Amino acid sequence: MNRTYELMFIVRPDMADEDLDKLVSNLETTVTSAAGSVKSVDRMGKRRLAYTVRKFREGIYILMTIEGAGTVIHELERRLRVTEQVIKFLTVRIDEEQKRLEKIKKLRDAKKKVSAQPAVVAAEEAPAASAEAPAADVPAATV
Amino acid sequence: MADETKAPVATTERPSRPSGDGPRSGGDRPRFGGGGGGRSGPGGPPREGGRKFFRRKKVCKFCTEKIADINYKDYRLLGQFVAESGKIVPRRLTGVCSPHQHRLASAIKQARNIALLPFAGRAS
Repeated sequence: MNRTYELMFIVRPDMADEDLDKLVSNLETTVTSAAGSVKSVDRMGKRRLAYTVRKFREGIYILMTIEGAGTVIHELERRLRVTEQVIKFLTVRIDEEQKRLEKIKKLRDAKKKVSAQPAVVAAEEAPAASAEAPAADVPAATV
Repeated sequence: MADETKAPVATTERPSRPSGDGPRSGGDRPRFGGGGGGRSGPGGPPREGGRKFFRRKKVCKFCTEKIADINYKDYRLLGQFVAESGKIVPRRLTGVCSPHQHRLASAIKQARNIALLPFAGRAS
C-alpha cells in the first residue's frame, strides 16, 4: 500500500555541503531499495532553532517527500537515528490531508460556478427592472 | 398580533390611568416591552464581561480567510496562535472555530517537535 510521507530533518549547522549531498543520496538509495520513491528534496537552508538541540542553536533543514509503504519509513527513521549529523527529524503522513484539500478545492470550484451563473442572470434582470421602474414612475408623477 | 399586544396592556393600565390615556400608553408599552425582550436575548454574550463593554464578535481566521491547509511548516501563521510563553492560545480568546482549532493544535505540536516553535518561552 502506497502512502505519501513528508520527512523533515535537521542536520548540524557545521556540516559541509558535500557531506550533506552524500547523506541525502544515501537516504534516497535507502528509499528506492525498499521499493519506495523520492518525490522531491527541498533544502530549506540554515535556520535558527526555537530551542537548543544537542547544544546547537541553529541547524540546516531538509524536507523530503517520499512515497512508499510504512516499512520504508521504518528503515529510514532507523538510519536517521543512527546518523550522527542528524539532530532531529519528523515524519508526517500527508496523503490523507492532500485528499482532503483536493476535496475542499473541488467543492469551492463547484460553488464558484454555481454562484457565477445566478449572478449573470441577476445582471440581466437588473437592467430590465430598472427600465420598468422609470415607466412606473411616470404615471405616478402625472397623477 | 396588534390586538394581542394591546389587550394585556389595556388590562394592566386600566386601574392606574384614565381610559383617555389608555391608547397612547398602549402604543408605547409594546415597544418598550419588545425592546426589553430583545435586550435579554443578546444579553447572553455580554454577561461574561459585564454590559459596559462592547465586545466585537470574534470570527475564525481560517474560515474567513479560507485557509484550508494548516501546516506545521507555516510557523509564521502558527505563531499568531501561540502566546509569548509558548502556550497554544485557547479558542475562547482567538475565536477560532472548533475544527480549525483542532488542526491548529496538532500543527503547533508538530512544529514544536521539529524546533520551528518553542515548547516554552520565546523562540531564541
